[in-house]
Amino acid sequence: MPEVTQGPVRFGIVVFPGSNCDYDAVHALSTFPETDPYYLWHKDRDLKGAQCIVLPGGFSYGDYLRTGAIARFSPIMQEVAAFAAAGGLVIGICNGFQTLTEAHLLHGALRRNRGLRFICHPQYLRVERTDTPFTSRLEVGQVIQIPVNHNEGNWTAGAERLQEIEDGGLVAFRYCDADGRVTDTANPNGAVDNVAGIFSEGCNVLGMMPHPERVCEEMVGGTDGRAIFQSMIDHVLGG
Amino acid sequence: MYKVSVYVTPKAGVVDPQGAVIERALPALGHSGAANIRVGRYITLEVQGTDPERVRADVDDMCRRLLANPIIEDYRFELELAAGEDA
Repeated sequence: MPEVTQGPVRFGIVVFPGSNCDYDAVHALSTFPETDPYYLWHKDRDLKGAQCIVLPGGFSYGDYLRTGAIARFSPIMQEVAAFAAAGGLVIGICNGFQTLTEAHLLHGALRRNRGLRFICHPQYLRVERTDTPFTSRLEVGQVIQIPVNHNEGNWTAGAERLQEIEDGGLVAFRYCDADGRVTDTANPNGAVDNVAGIFSEGCNVLGMMPHPERVCEEMVGGTDGRAIFQSMIDHVLGG
Repeated sequence: MYKVSVYVTPKAGVVDPQGAVIERALPALGHSGAANIRVGRYITLEVQGTDPERVRADVDDMCRRLLANPIIEDYRFELELAAGEDA
């Protein structure tokens, strides 16, 4: 287990059977002096004082039935839903995003990638808005590079709901090319409107397919993920 | 007890990546006339109960909350009285 820091901001990382990015998330967060990251077991019914919740990537319950469909019924998800309803910050990454849509904490659903290929590569994303607890350290239109690593990232929502999401400015990130152009060629999985991540209506829940926890140190190839976690820390500390 | 067959299919209008890939593969086998291929899931289960309406309501709840994702999928199901039981 990575050495963890003991800062004031408590990040609870939920471990489902089949999560495999939980250690990565704790490690990435431990590189921030302000954080105190710790694990929460999916059967826990207490978030143990969490100020931020991370639903990590992986293959919870073997992706049986649909990705995230079973994890959604884990006991801790009731606590996560109550925490989110009270305005708490929740970030779902990859399988965590899939679980948040299944739990109806975020709109839409994630289907098999267009072309049916598992994809795993660095990906450019365009930042859509910065007046949220997750993106305050970024700039509108900024292009960041964060890797994707998934088989079911093809986000969609019904036409009517999609309009509400776009009108409500709930899109957090879109797949784009190096110059920030949102094109079909730059779309790795077929997601509607190139959506890579979305917010809840209150912008206190974020789901995203790319993995910011994998780009928090130069030695692993990038640091663009840090801005997202730093924004969350700033928000909790009132910065 | 009832034997239940549940059919889960992608909603009309929702792109089905599996169907699209199969549709592109079939012409390679000489089947050029197949179109609008949609791939779904067939689930069978046995449900305790004697009142078909109650069983129906029960299965509908299972479908809505777990077996299908109503955002992207439609479902329908059929009930059949298990062998050796009276209606």
